[in-house]
Parts: sequence; C-alpha cells; structure tokens
Amino acid sequence: MAMIRQCAIYGKGGIGKSTTTQNLVAGLAAEGKKIMIVGCDPKADSTRLILHAKAQNTIMQMAADAGTVEDLELDEVLKVGYGGIRCVESGGPEPGVGCAGRGVITAINFLEEEGAYEEDLDFVFYDVLGDVVCGGFAMPIRENKAQEIYIVVSGEMMAMYAANNIAKGICKYATSGKVRLAGLICNSRKTDREAELIEALAAKMGTQMIHFVPRDNVVQRAEIRRMTVIEYDPTAKQADEYRELARKIVDNKKFVIPKPLTMDELEELLMEFGILDEEDESIVGKTAAAEATLCAA
Amino acid sequence: MQNAEAIKPGYPLFNTDEYQQAFARKQVFEEAYGKEKLEEVFHWTTTEAYQALNFQREALTINPAKACQPLGAVLCALGFYKTLPYVHGSQGCVAYFRTYFNRHFREPIAAVSDSMTEDAAVFGGQKNMFEGLENSRVMYQPEMIAVSTTCMAEVIGDDLNAFITNAKKDGRVPMDFPTPFAHTPSFVGSHITGWDNMLEGILRYFTVNAMEGKVVGSNGKLNIVTGFESYLGNFRVIKRMLNEMGVAYTFLSDPEEILDTPADGEFRMYAGGTTQDEIKDAPNAIDTLLLQPWQLPKTKKYIQETWNQPASAINIPMGLSWTDDFLMKVSELTGQPIPESLARERGRLLDMMTDSHTWLHGKRFSVFGDPDFVTGMCQFLMELGAEPLHVLCHNGNKRWAKDITKLLKASPYGQDAEVYAGKDLWHLRSLVFSNKPDFLIGNSYGKFIQRDTLHKGKEHEVPLIRIGFPLFDRHHLHRDTTLGYEGAMHMLKLLVNAVMEKLDQETMTLGETDYAFDLVR
Repeated sequence: MAMIRQCAIYGKGGIGKSTTTQNLVAGLAAEGKKIMIVGCDPKADSTRLILHAKAQNTIMQMAADAGTVEDLELDEVLKVGYGGIRCVESGGPEPGVGCAGRGVITAINFLEEEGAYEEDLDFVFYDVLGDVVCGGFAMPIRENKAQEIYIVVSGEMMAMYAANNIAKGICKYATSGKVRLAGLICNSRKTDREAELIEALAAKMGTQMIHFVPRDNVVQRAEIRRMTVIEYDPTAKQADEYRELARKIVDNKKFVIPKPLTMDELEELLMEFGILDEEDESIVGKTAAAEATLCAA
Repeated sequence: MQNAEAIKPGYPLFNTDEYQQAFARKQVFEEAYGKEKLEEVFHWTTTEAYQALNFQREALTINPAKACQPLGAVLCALGFYKTLPYVHGSQGCVAYFRTYFNRHFREPIAAVSDSMTEDAAVFGGQKNMFEGLENSRVMYQPEMIAVSTTCMAEVIGDDLNAFITNAKKDGRVPMDFPTPFAHTPSFVGSHITGWDNMLEGILRYFTVNAMEGKVVGSNGKLNIVTGFESYLGNFRVIKRMLNEMGVAYTFLSDPEEILDTPADGEFRMYAGGTTQDEIKDAPNAIDTLLLQPWQLPKTKKYIQETWNQPASAINIPMGLSWTDDFLMKVSELTGQPIPESLARERGRLLDMMTDSHTWLHGKRFSVFGDPDFVTGMCQFLMELGAEPLHVLCHNGNKRWAKDITKLLKASPYGQDAEVYAGKDLWHLRSLVFSNKPDFLIGNSYGKFIQRDTLHKGKEHEVPLIRIGFPLFDRHHLHRDTTLGYEGAMHMLKLLVNAVMEKLDQETMTLGETDYAFDLVR
C-alpha cells in the first residue's frame, strides 16, 4: 500500500475552509485520486457539497443513538459522494455543552479501529473547526495522522492572527512528530495588495503561499445547489483555480516547521501594508471628553 | 480504660443497645420512612413489573460488573520485569487501582500517577508528565515505565506520544529508556480493553521498528497471552502443562511473582515478569496463543499484521474439551506430543465429572463476569450436565452475545439460557427474582444479590459461588485455578460441594427434614 497523504485544513472560522477543502478535493477526485474527507467540526458541514446533503449522519450522533460507539459500523457513517469521495463527519455536542474535542478524538479512533484508513486511498483531508483550541482539535495533527497542514487565510487582520496562532499549535507537535506546515491558501477577500501581503506573511513564517484563490460568485451559486464548482460548472474559471490548487498540493514538497511571528512582528507587517495604523501612545486610554479639553487648551 | 481485647468491629458493635438506641433516635432527624414502607418498596423491586421498568433504563448503571481501562493497563504492566505502571492523570484513580488489587491479591501494588489537578486540566498535562517520568525513574529505579491514562487526560486530549517524546528531548529520562504507552479512556470499554491496549502498546514499543531479521518460528517457542487474568493458579497451570509437554514458552505479561511475594523480611517492589529481551524475541516464536480471545482484539491484530504470526484461534482453555483443544493446538504448532501425564490428568477429571454428575445434572446456574470467563464457564457447566440460566456480561459486545448464544443453543443443556450483554448486576437481580436459578456464579459483588434474594424469603435465596474478579470478601481465592484440567477439577469441587452444602442446610431440621440428612452423598 502506498503512503496515504494526510492533510489537515485549519483557519479562522468563516474563512471558507470547508468550501475550499471540498472544491479542492473535488479537483483531486476529478484527476482520479482516491480521497476521504474527515469533517472535524460539530456543525458537520464539511461534506455537504460532495454529498449534496444538508448534513450526514455524524459519528457522534450515531454513537449517541446506539448507546456506544462500539456498536457502530463503518458503513453507517461513511458515505460516498461526488468522484467516489468518501465522507465522514465526527459531529459533536450542541453548542454550550459537552466536549467537542473529545468527539473528534473518539471519531478518529473509531475510523482507525474500523479500518477506514486501510482502504486504497491517496489522500485524507481533515477539515477542522476554527483554531487549534484544545487537545481534541489537535488530534488530526498527532503522530500517524495528518502530516501536512494547510492554513486558509485572507488579507484580513484577524485571519492572519489566527493563521499565526495555528502555526504556534503546529510547533507544539512538530518537535515530537512529523507534522509540518505545508502552506497558506489565500482565499481572497479582495483586500488591498492581498496576495503580496500573504506572500510576505508566508515568507516570514518560513512557508509558502501555495495558491491565491480569487473571489468569484460562482462559488456561491454552486453552494446553494449543494455542489462544488468543479461539479456544478467544470468550465468556470474558478474551477480552473481549484484544479490548479489541487495540482500544486499534489506536487508540494515544501513541508516546514513553521516560525510563528511574535505579536510585534505581525503588527509591523500589518502596518507595512497599511492594514494597521502606527500606534499613537499619547492617545491610549484617553476619553473623548479628555481629548476635547486637551484640544481646547 | 479501653481494653484492646474487647474492641469490637462494626459487627457486632452496632447490635449493642447503645447503638441500636442511637439509630432509633436518628430516624426522627432523617425523616426516614418506616420499615413497612421500605418493605413495600423492596417487594415491588422483586416483581416482574419492576423488571420491565428496570430493563428500560438507558443512562443509569447500577452495580456494574466491570471496572475501568487503566485498572487493566496497570495489571498488564505489572507482569513485566522491573516495570513501573504509570498512570497519566489524577491521583485518586491510581489509589483506586492499588486498593482494588490490594484487596484481591492481598499484596502491595506499586503504581504511580502524575497527579494532574485543575491547572493540568486547563493547560494540558505535559508538565506533569515531565516531572512524573523524571521522579519515578529516579525514585523507584524501574527499567521500564508503562504509561496509561485516566479519563481526565483523555477528555482534554493529552497526546502521550508527543508528551513522552518531549520529556525525553528535555532530558527528563534518557532517550533510550523504555516508555511504552497506551491511551486507556475509562469511558470506553472496560478493564479488559485496558489490558489489551497496554499489551499492544508494550509489544509495539519494542518490536514495531525492530522486525528486520525476525523469522516466525525461529526461536521454537510459543507466546502465551492471558489477557486480564486474576487467578495465579492459571499462570502456574498453563506453565506446568507446557513444561510437561516439553514446549518452550514466553508469557507476554506474567505477574505470577509480583502478585505473590513471600513474607521473608524483604520488600520487593519488582519481582519476576517478562523481560525486555523476551519481548524483543517474541516475534520469532512459532505463534502467540491468546487465552482469552474476546479480550484481545487489538493485540491479535498487531500480532497478525506486524509479527505475521497466525495468532491461531482458540477458546479459553476452560473445562474438559476446550483444554483438550488447547493442548492439541499446542501439539499441532510445536510438534510435541501430549504426554501420558496430561492424558492421565484428563482421565482423572473425567472420573470426577462422572462421580458428581448426578448431583449437578439439571442444576441451574446464573453466571456473570468477563466475556471469555462466562463463555468458558457455560461450556464447562454444560459438560457437567448443568444448565446455564442467566448469562450476563457487562463488558461483552453484540458479537460475543451472538457467539455464546450459538454455543448454548447447540447443547440440550443450554436451551433455557438467556444471554445479556451490556447489562449490570441490578438487571441480574431482577432476573434471578423472576426466574430463580439454583446458584449464582460470579465475583464478590454477587453477595448483594444473595442477600436480597434471602430477604424475600429463604425459598428465594440464590447462593453465590465465588469465581471471578474481584474476590474481596474471601481470602486467597485468587490463588486458585480455573484453567486446564486442574482448574476444571477445582471448579467442579466448588460447584458440587455448593450443591451438597445447600442440601445439608435444607435437611438439617431435627426430626422434620433430616430424613435426608445423609452422611454419604
């Protein structure tokens, strides 16, 4: 059996991780690659564009119904969608209760025990919620799981903060295991000099911007049909972009232990690109009234 | 002045007038229900209507017939030479494992925790792991530290592999110091799962990257894996039988010595156990026999996939025919004939079985315990002509239930048997009230069922025969044997004499029932 390449996609919430992942995976599938997507998000929306379904039966939901995860069978939770892509969702608790991180651990252990990884696969993609907030959400980047991490980012300040934090999380595991940062995927928000900025950020972190995905409304049109662009309109220019991203990932060789930026370095970079203004120490903590008095004086 | 000779324990102290009066006075403050109401509720809990409600329970377990994963992991680790069981997690859990084994084996048990507290729950337990590994190696001088986990570490998702590697990189323990590990969340599986996980972790640690040059069969030995085994006699009987056959063997986890140290003035923190060299050599064996296969799916998979050994399918060597099967499998694998001594031993067991069968024929037994034990016990009961009635296994899965149902239904003695997987002792209590067996076979916790059935009336009493784990309320039963012909002889004695004892009790009334109070049975 050839080595399965296991990739995890992280990034700030709402940045377009799930959309990007599914489109890129569809691109890979169109090239004949065999792929499994493991959704690691209690919202369980990592596979709907592949399955054309609102949400699939999640491992945790099925386990809760059956009483125990031991009574689950793999084919109850693993569904096959567009391009033969195998889809599973870990699922998790309702907002505000329980432990979603443990849900991810349980789900991945279940897949391992049930032999989901023993299939003839080229790629496994983990689509992980938001940030590496706790031990559970680091599960996909532990030893023997994902070894390539892609971070979805845009030219917005908070997205870059999050990307930098995720890089810190990767460092925790990179020193003891084989997990590496494989690149930043820029999902464009049409901010100024966006590509340049992300390239600069990537360079500082010691990685690369593997691809710049431009903004295109066809993504939304496909999404309301619960489809990827690749499937909805393979001739669209945006489909080419995702195929290009897929090709770059196939050929990717640049796997690094990231060098996360300090807060100061990150702010400097943002100022350089005019996203953050130079701090004026003299106005910190001054109320409007106080400022008015000062001006009057 | 207190007289040391006159100090009374709770019983009979609480029966003295002073305490009885105090209890009566307390009732007022406790707003307790009267005896009548208690009796009414008690009797309701013995009805079939209550049983129906009882079996609708979903979220609640009452009186579980299983323990948690790290307990099994600790027992497994104890079976290795100079190995310290180390539990990554909270202190109280490990105190529980130690007392549990103290009470069963009546031996001191060396096991440590890294004492995770609230800050570790927030920040992760890496710091605890660093200090814990460093301290335990320096303080207790083990040659291996076998790491398992408690629920706390599992809920927050601590990554053992990363933490242990980081601890080594940080110089807390030398890079080449053996630190096998297993994730053992207690909210999954039971003590038998933990045993399996820990063994797999240990085998993996020493052999996964050392398979080059290993040739199945080249050392001419057999590996024996017992699974969670609480009878010292079982280690001894399997070794004796293999010795008699002239078969060389390695037990993968062998706590026979550490759980049975003599009182000779020397404290032994470590004694006996499988050595690291034996583990490293184990892939060269002819095969690895798993004595409790239902317990050991992970170990089996590892042995088959990494060691390329068949891990030949056997049943637990309990009772007559499954001991036959075991010996024949050993003979087939090693080419060694079964010696006359074992054939004679078998003949003696068969002789005992025929001697006693009139007393055991048709007697009904309810059995609870770990899956392989329950299966083996039912098989032996049916060999004796006895009838398994309720067959309950809290940590058995659906596949186990299907398998044992097939076994029971294939015998005329198993036709009335009912199989319950994933049910607890409160379920079993209902079952024996509504369909009374002659005896109950299981661990010490079964005594509460005996008490409750007696309370309903002498004619409802179901006496407990203590076979299983844990056995806290009788001394030294853990030294007994349940496997092999020898184990079958021992169990046969227990069973048939329980029948005689009961008969004596029932026929002891002078001039009334003693027409059957015979000297010769």
